[in-house]
Amino acid sequence: MTAAGAERPAPPMHSRTTHSTLREGFAVLWVAIKREPWVFTLSTIGAVVFGALTVADAWVLGWATDHVIVPAQDEGVTPTGALITAAAMFVGVAVVRGASIVARRWGAGVMQYRMQAHDRRAVTRQYLRLPLAWHQRHPTGELLSNANSDVEAAWAPIAPLPMAVGTVAMMVIAVVQMLLSDLVLAVVGLMVFPLVILSNLVFQRFQSPLMTRVQALRAELSEIAHESFDGALVVKSLGRETEETERFADKASTLRDTTVRAGFVRAVFDPVLEALPSLGVLVVLAVGVARVESGSTAAGDVVNVAYLLMVVAFPIRSLGWLLGEFPRSVVGFRRVRSVLDEHGEMQYGPEPAPAGSGGARLEVRHVGFRYPDAVDEHGEPGAAVLDDVTFTVEPGRTVALVGATAAGKSTLATLLFRLVDPDRGTIALDGRDLRDLAPGTLATQAALVPQQAFLFDDTVRGNITLGADVGDDEVWEALRTAQGDGFVAALPDGLDTRLGERGATLSGGQRQRLSLARALVRRPRLLVMDDATSAVDPEVEARILAALRSGARDSTVVVVAYRKATIGLADEVVFLAGGRIVDQGPHHELLTRNPAYAELVNAYEDQQVDEEVLG
Amino acid sequence: MSTPTASRPGTQGSGTDMLSGEAATAMATLRRGVELSPELAKGLGLTIVFAVVATLGRVLVPIAVQQAVDRGIDAPGGPDAGFVTAMVAVTAAGVVLTGISSALMTARLFRAAEHGLATLRTKAFRHVHDLPILTQNTERRGSLVSRVTSDVDQVSQFLVFGGVIAIVSVGQILVATVVMLVYSWELTILVWLCFLPLFLSLRYFQRRLSQAYATVRRQVGALLSAVSEPVVGAAVVRSYAVEARTQERIDEAVDRHLDASSRAQALTAFSFSLGGVSAGLANAGVIVLGVLLLGDGMTPGTILAFAFLVTLFVGPVQMGTQVLTDAQNAFAGWRRVIGILDTPADVVDPGASGTRLPEGPLEITFDRVTFAYPGGPPVLHEVELTLPPMTRVAVVGETGSGKTTLAKLLTRLMDPVEGAVRLGGVELREVPFDQLRERVVLVPQEGFLFDSTLRANLRYGRTGADDAELLAAVDELGLRDWLEGLPRGLDSRVGQRGESLSAGERQLVALVRARLADPDVLVLDEATSAVDPSLEMRINAALDRLTEGRTSVTIAHRMTTAERADLVVVVDKGRVVQQGTHAELVGEGGVYGRLHASWVAQHEPRVDREG
Repeated sequence: MTAAGAERPAPPMHSRTTHSTLREGFAVLWVAIKREPWVFTLSTIGAVVFGALTVADAWVLGWATDHVIVPAQDEGVTPTGALITAAAMFVGVAVVRGASIVARRWGAGVMQYRMQAHDRRAVTRQYLRLPLAWHQRHPTGELLSNANSDVEAAWAPIAPLPMAVGTVAMMVIAVVQMLLSDLVLAVVGLMVFPLVILSNLVFQRFQSPLMTRVQALRAELSEIAHESFDGALVVKSLGRETEETERFADKASTLRDTTVRAGFVRAVFDPVLEALPSLGVLVVLAVGVARVESGSTAAGDVVNVAYLLMVVAFPIRSLGWLLGEFPRSVVGFRRVRSVLDEHGEMQYGPEPAPAGSGGARLEVRHVGFRYPDAVDEHGEPGAAVLDDVTFTVEPGRTVALVGATAAGKSTLATLLFRLVDPDRGTIALDGRDLRDLAPGTLATQAALVPQQAFLFDDTVRGNITLGADVGDDEVWEALRTAQGDGFVAALPDGLDTRLGERGATLSGGQRQRLSLARALVRRPRLLVMDDATSAVDPEVEARILAALRSGARDSTVVVVAYRKATIGLADEVVFLAGGRIVDQGPHHELLTRNPAYAELVNAYEDQQVDEEVLG
Repeated sequence: MSTPTASRPGTQGSGTDMLSGEAATAMATLRRGVELSPELAKGLGLTIVFAVVATLGRVLVPIAVQQAVDRGIDAPGGPDAGFVTAMVAVTAAGVVLTGISSALMTARLFRAAEHGLATLRTKAFRHVHDLPILTQNTERRGSLVSRVTSDVDQVSQFLVFGGVIAIVSVGQILVATVVMLVYSWELTILVWLCFLPLFLSLRYFQRRLSQAYATVRRQVGALLSAVSEPVVGAAVVRSYAVEARTQERIDEAVDRHLDASSRAQALTAFSFSLGGVSAGLANAGVIVLGVLLLGDGMTPGTILAFAFLVTLFVGPVQMGTQVLTDAQNAFAGWRRVIGILDTPADVVDPGASGTRLPEGPLEITFDRVTFAYPGGPPVLHEVELTLPPMTRVAVVGETGSGKTTLAKLLTRLMDPVEGAVRLGGVELREVPFDQLRERVVLVPQEGFLFDSTLRANLRYGRTGADDAELLAAVDELGLRDWLEGLPRGLDSRVGQRGESLSAGERQLVALVRARLADPDVLVLDEATSAVDPSLEMRINAALDRLTEGRTSVTIAHRMTTAERADLVVVVDKGRVVQQGTHAELVGEGGVYGRLHASWVAQHEPRVDREG
């Protein structure tokens, strides 16, 4: 349905954070720190200040206890100066700490978003640079998730990073503070912190595989719902509602049980993580009273250490959050890297566009092609898609490529555009091998109208001009030729109407007409239409073809066609079967001399006429 | 992402629309939600007891500190180690008890919420299959999927995360306040005064944050769309050499997303920091006022206890905006799911109380049948039709004549507005679904395949059919060599929506399914997509074998189908205008004569040319 639908279940991961993941995780973080040193510094300073001030809070409380509360209690006189100082310190610490929170959280967010933005730009650049052959080797869903969920996963640990750094700072300061307050009490604290960290790591180890599984199950459940609702007619007409519900309920139960298990893990660990500092405070009190009794420490120091334990223990969790993100981050980073490290962009020559204003001359000589990864059922390399294909289209002539499904017509169309290079043979435009042309040159001479009209998330105008400097009257003229002026004029904002993602609001025929207008507005010297009018009804198609032929510019046209009316308009037909040219000549000649051709064309024609008459 | 789809008046009348449930209040939603998922309320009493204990336990440590300072460490007669040790032991036991309660509360909440929501999802999923919008309003399928997935996830997320936080937070504030009041009412008022502005501003921040994140979500949509262009449109981008322009557009979307996210983040950070600032103010105030009040029942321990109690306020304030947003989203999602379940199914299964169909061949009658889509004009007008058993019937008519509606009524995908469709004399509304689906089967135009093996897909025709039965059905339709031509036979994966097979092959699968279902009445919606000639012949041969010995009603898109039929029914503008054999009707002229003449005329050029 949408790009977001391209989620796929996360890959299996090691259930434990191994040493190598840890090392790699830090390496990924280092990449981010090097790229965004200033934001990182700002948010880290924020975090460290926050940590320091949290400790300072405890110190102020201890100071107030010793210098204000106890003297006031013992002597009955309020030390005004000290009181004001304590109050000012509380407020001051709070305000600065507020500012530090803003710096830390804002910085962490911005750093994360910037890293994502950087990678998204880089990955999409790579997509645009690599040849179509590379795209054909990778599933669409994989490429979309490389640019989206993988990028997000890679930089997920940045969010808790400053907090974690700050926590480490805070722990160091707290420990020093404790050591300065009272050595014995500090030892208690030093036992609590490692225990909290350890429990956290154990928690993450149990929790993260479960959460990964929950994510994957959610995606699977969504896939079942999608499929089941799409196939509703089959489900309903064969009375399969109960079985479908069972299929959904099974997955929903697995999801439920996994979530509950994750919940149980949390139910056990959360209270442990909360109880540890509380118990630490109690131990401090018990030990502290003895120390005060023996005169080795002041009451304020006991309070100070107790308070430190309470406030520092909670943020220690952020270390767990950071480490917990590592496995996903490392996998995401590797996937993004693998796209960025790809090489093999198409090589271009230096030749400029061929001169000339009329139709171009197209020569296809001994062209052979097979898909690199194609294998047959025995694991041998698959049959050639095109084999020794040779034909010439003279300037201004129209040639129809005809053949049954998988005869190689569409592959040939992509070769004519140098979206892919042939394995053997050459394709030449006005005598120049396409491989010798400079980048972008071919597009100034030729235009392709593909089988599946692709529209950008842009206005109608933007979709037709694609940024070229073309006046509105030319756009309208192209639309008229493509028989699309009527519906565009009826759109709420005419040419300025935004089409949304892939023109979802338009019908297939309307999309094809826009796609055709896009080609026509360029007045190409070579026009290749790959079954580009299949979603347009035959009457409209006939008008389009008539308009094309009467056009001022005498373009050379290559058309992949099924409809007899379309084929009939061509000067010559190239009849393909199994990747080879089996016959070539004017349509009516082929009809009489080649029975296979006649059967194919007439069969399509019968289906066509029926559809027209009976709808 | 939601692409703004123009709403089409007429196709979304009241009957096909889902109840959105927008108007329901939070209480009503909660009540109805619990009614639909009784597991949510099961054992709730005990869970609340654990929650209360867990919340109460949070003030143990501050009280312990106060007691230890006042009556132990700083006791008038010098430090009292005995007292402190005893108190520490009691408190430690309390802390452990609190932890256990808290664990039990969380575990029980998870179990209740997840069980309740799994039930809700499954119920909603089942119900969606009964809703007419699923087959009538195909563009809204995506939103139906989110009803049973992300909407429910949101409720779950809130109940087990936000819900716990909300309960604990409110409890924490209440308990802290009560304890404070016991110590000193003056200081309590002071603390509340320091936090009050923040409590009051929670809603404001929550609204601002909701807006900010709504913008982020919109930008995420635009971003995903832009990022997908170089992938999905790879060929177009290259053939028009618009790489630079595409990149520019992506960069713009990336930048806008970055801006929106950064802005939302800044707002979050600011609202989050306010809790800490208030706590600082409260602490300063407590010290000042506390010291001034020393002696009047105020002790140093009390002042320190307040410093600890104030920290209990900070958490709830900081989480408050988040919890409010989660709650809002969760309730909106919950309402939407409930809305689905509260939308009545148009076509209701009479179940066990229905009438069984008679054995043997079935006669089909349409008795003054009128049908209109909700809010639309009638598509069929008082159709009277009798189709004798064991006949091959072809229904012919132009696009929009109402012939497809006829097929949907006959398979009871919809019910007539007036009149009745009868099968063997029994009105379709009376026939239990399990029997109806066994005896009447529709073969749709597009053979929809599920992403699984060919075997699993064929089994949609008959649940639990074994390989021998599958192969027998394949043989019977003369498709054995086709099956053997597939690389892995019945184990072949068909891909998403059957994409690994051609359109014609998907139709073959649909025919084998129908053969397996072995119905008395077969309703076929003929395919219109272009199919290679060799496959076309195969499909026709299989169709002939499938319809043999059954009553079949074909919505014909091929004139040759009408030629071969025993009976042709001609539909025009919602009425049956002609009936008879092909030969009779051609002689009769009328609508059929006109259709036939036009068909012959369009074939003539070929006849001429081939001479």
